[in-house]
Parts: sequence; structure tokens; C-alpha cells
Amino acid sequence: MSSLLEVRGLKKSFGALRASDGIDLEVREGETHAIIGPNGAGKTTLIGQLAGELRSDRGEVRFAGENITALPAPARSRKGLARSFQITSIYPDFSTLENVMLAVQAHAGHSFRFWSPAREEAALCAPAQAILEELGLGARAGVRAANLAHGEQRRLEIAMALAVRPRLMLLDEPVAGMGAEETQRMIAFLSTLKGGKTIILVEHDMDAVFSLADRVSVLVYGRIIATGSPQEIRANPEVRRAYLGEEEPA
Amino acid sequence: MSPRNRAIALGLGLLLLAAVPPVASLFNQPFYLDLVRRIMIFAIAAASLNLILGYGGMVSFGHAAYLGVGGYAVGVLAHYGVVDGIVQWALAIGASALVALVIGAVSIRTSGVYFIMITLAFTQMLYYLGISVEEFGGDDGMRLAAKSRFPGVDLNDASVFYYLVLAVLVLVLFLGHRLVNSRFGMVIRAARSNETRTRAIGVSPYRYRLAAFVIAGAVCGLAGALLVNHTAYLTPEFMNWTRSGELMFMVILGGMGSVAGPVLGAFALLVLEDLLSGWTQHWQIVLGPLLVLSVLFFRRGLAGLFDKNE
Repeated sequence: MSSLLEVRGLKKSFGALRASDGIDLEVREGETHAIIGPNGAGKTTLIGQLAGELRSDRGEVRFAGENITALPAPARSRKGLARSFQITSIYPDFSTLENVMLAVQAHAGHSFRFWSPAREEAALCAPAQAILEELGLGARAGVRAANLAHGEQRRLEIAMALAVRPRLMLLDEPVAGMGAEETQRMIAFLSTLKGGKTIILVEHDMDAVFSLADRVSVLVYGRIIATGSPQEIRANPEVRRAYLGEEEPA
Repeated sequence: MSPRNRAIALGLGLLLLAAVPPVASLFNQPFYLDLVRRIMIFAIAAASLNLILGYGGMVSFGHAAYLGVGGYAVGVLAHYGVVDGIVQWALAIGASALVALVIGAVSIRTSGVYFIMITLAFTQMLYYLGISVEEFGGDDGMRLAAKSRFPGVDLNDASVFYYLVLAVLVLVLFLGHRLVNSRFGMVIRAARSNETRTRAIGVSPYRYRLAAFVIAGAVCGLAGALLVNHTAYLTPEFMNWTRSGELMFMVILGGMGSVAGPVLGAFALLVLEDLLSGWTQHWQIVLGPLLVLSVLFFRRGLAGLFDKNE
């Protein structure tokens, strides 16, 4: 497998805090690559740097062979890099369907179209509705996104990331705050994406990590201390000391 | 409100507005024709501001600039003997769009209180420019040499001018309705609702916001061309910052992000102002608290009273 994303020496400081302290990472085409680490390890900072929302102080990000270090978030998204947010980030006043339609629209050429009502465009509605169905939100299409239950909003997050037809999905804690049953459903859904999409998964839920990930990287204090298969990571003594602690992972 | 009820409400409103000239002349009260015409001109200006303030979330505190630019475009051309309305109004719209492009290109890079301050500062610059140009009367202003001339439409006829303003208002509202529901409209509303997400799905809001800002400026420039014909007098006061504030009040009072809201807001504010100033010269003491109460209790403005479920 060739690598889709290559990260070299990525750094980002906030004042004296080194959130990313020289991160090297390689994500292969088609794999699900989990990034785990204790709170404050810099996982969300790394996602922000990969998505282009945070400007890196140093280092290089290559996506599909192209250096995208200087590209801002919208340009990276158009190149096929989609993200979901740890803290739900949707359009609360728009309907569930409109949320996804906007993501479809963003990747359907420019939006300098002033006349026809966007809501009535089949080219936007149909793909958006199809994605909602996949995530089990089909019946909730007309509901204001603000009125969705928490778990539904988390699924809408994923739907919006999928709607831009990404080559690489950056999923920032997709099961955060979900109940056990919903977590299982989300894991089942994400496993259907495996292989078809390349995924970087930041997650605290070890069930999700060990059932989805092909490889796992461990981030501690802004550095990747180990990368390997889930079995290797579980067995790695340094990882157990730094992150997993005394507790046995499930 | 269902689409059906909305159509009925719009039809009734239109009928009421259309009935003003004959009723005013029946009771020999030309003042009311004048008042409603003025209100409709401000409604056009407020509707243009609503596009960027209500839908785009850009709190422009300098929207009166385009009333001024539109007014000066007409007044200055008339001053030099160019009275062809099409030329005058085209210049009013074009010049306002250009000024909005310059102001917008700079100010849209900022947000929040900086955006408010920059738009205000630009408008103050134009205001003082108007005061300093003696050729056009400085801070006294000057009479409009002649009203804009159109083939077959005589603006000196009060009713004809009234119906022209009404037609422009209806056109602006209709175009605005199309715009806010188009792909373009969805993008500027999305950027207002959640900028981070909008960038994450692949849209840079800047150029869409700038385009909306320019469209709003151009429409307000047209309102300025109407206003100078209405007052028959051109003054820098068109661009006074209190004027910008009034436009904002109309939008907020009427209901941000509702196409008809600014019209309701313009009527409410200007009719109240007219009534209260008839009772007491300290009318602002009454108007102020009313505005505060309306902002506190009708978050979605007057339009929200009619339209609970959205």
C-alpha cells in the first residue's frame, strides 16, 4: 500500500505549550489509522493542523504526493480531506437535510448561483438524502438540526464529512458522548467504510479503536511514541506506561 | 405561516400600499402619501442591509454610506445638467457597488466589533467628504436641480413617483427572496451560522460575503437615488451615522433574516417617530425604551410575531 498522507516534523506551539512537537506520521491508502493518547496529548491540535485550520509552525504535510502545508482548510477540503469535529459543529438552524446538502453543494462547483432555490435542486437533495439514509437519519431529514438528539447530531457530523466524497476522513472522537448502544452502531457503520475510505480516527473509546483500526499511533506530549498494529500497541511496554497505565485495555 | 397564508398576507400588504394614493387624495391628505413613500424608500434600504446583516451576519454600521453615494450620484449629475434618470440611477447603483467593493474588501477581513468599527469609519470618511465639498453645498447640502427624468414616467407627479417606489420595493423583495434561497444565499447563511464548519466543507466565505456586501450596497444606492428625488434636497446627512443606526433598527425591529421583516421595521420605526413627534418634541425618550423592549421580547422581530413556527 502506498501512503496517502505523510507528515514530517510537524510542530505547533501555543505560547510555551508545545502541542505538536515534531510529529512524523504516515497514513497508507485505505487504512484506518487510529491516533490515541492521554488528554492534552495534542490530538485535536494535530487534527486541526492536518485539516488546515491551524497553521503549523514547522514541518510538512503531503497529501497524495502533493505538499499541502500552506493550503488553508477550504482548499484542503476540496482536495479530498474531510473532517468531523469532536465538539459537534453543524448548522443548528438548518434542517438535517440542508446540513448535508451544503456539504454536497460545497463540492459541486462555485456557489455564485443567485436564482434557483437550492432546496429544490435534485443534484443536491438526492445525494444528501442518500447519505442520511446510510447513517439512519433518513426519517429525520426535515428536522431542524438543533432539535436532533445528541447521538443523531454525531451521526450528522459524519454525514457531512462523507458528503464531500473525501479520500481521507479525519474523525475527531466520533463516538464522544454516545451511549453504549449508539457507540456500537457507530462502530458498525464506520467499519462499513473501512477499506473504501482512508480514515484517521482520534478516539478515547478503546472498543472503537481496537475494533476499527488497522494501525494505531500513540501521541504523548506532542510526540508519536509508537506506531503499530493494535496487538503491537497493546503489548508495547512504553505505551502501557505512558498511556494505558495500570488499567488493562478491553 | 403556511405558504398560502404568506401569499395572502403579502397580497393584502401590497393592496394596502397600492391603495394609499387614492385614499390620501380622497381625504385630501397628501402628507400620508409622502410619509408612506418615504417609508418604502427606507424599507428598500433596510431590505438591502438585511441581506448582509440578517442573512450574512455582517453587522455593517455604515450602510447609510450607500444612501449618500446614490443620492450624490443623482444630485451631482443633475447639478451638471444630466437629468436622464437611467444614466443617473445606473451611476447611483454602479458607484455604490464600487464603494461597497472597496469598503467590503477591507472590512470583511475582520469580524465582530472590528467589522462594526471599520464600516462606521469608512462611512464617516464619506460623510466628512460630503461636508467638505463646497461645490455641492458642503454641510448645508443643495437643492436637487431637477428630478430624474424617465420617458413616460413623471416623478413630479406624486402618485406616479409613489407607484414607482412601490414597484422598486416589490422587485427588491422578490429578488431578495430568490437570492437568499439560492445556492449563493445558502452559502452566506451557512457562513453566518458556522464559519468553521463552512470552511471545513470546502468553502472560503470571503468572496461570497464580499459579493453579498456589494449587492447590498448597490441596492441601497438605488434607495439613495429614490431618496434624493423624494426630498428634492441633497445633504451629507444622508450619510450620518445615526442614519446607519436607524437602518439597523429597522432590520432588527422588523426581524433579521426574514424577507418582509425590514418593511415592517421601516413602517414601525418611522410611523412611531411620526406619531410620537406629533405629541412631544422629546419623542426619542419614548422611542428608545420601546426599541429596547422590542429587542428584549421579540428576538425575531415583528416578522416573528406573524411567523411563530420557523
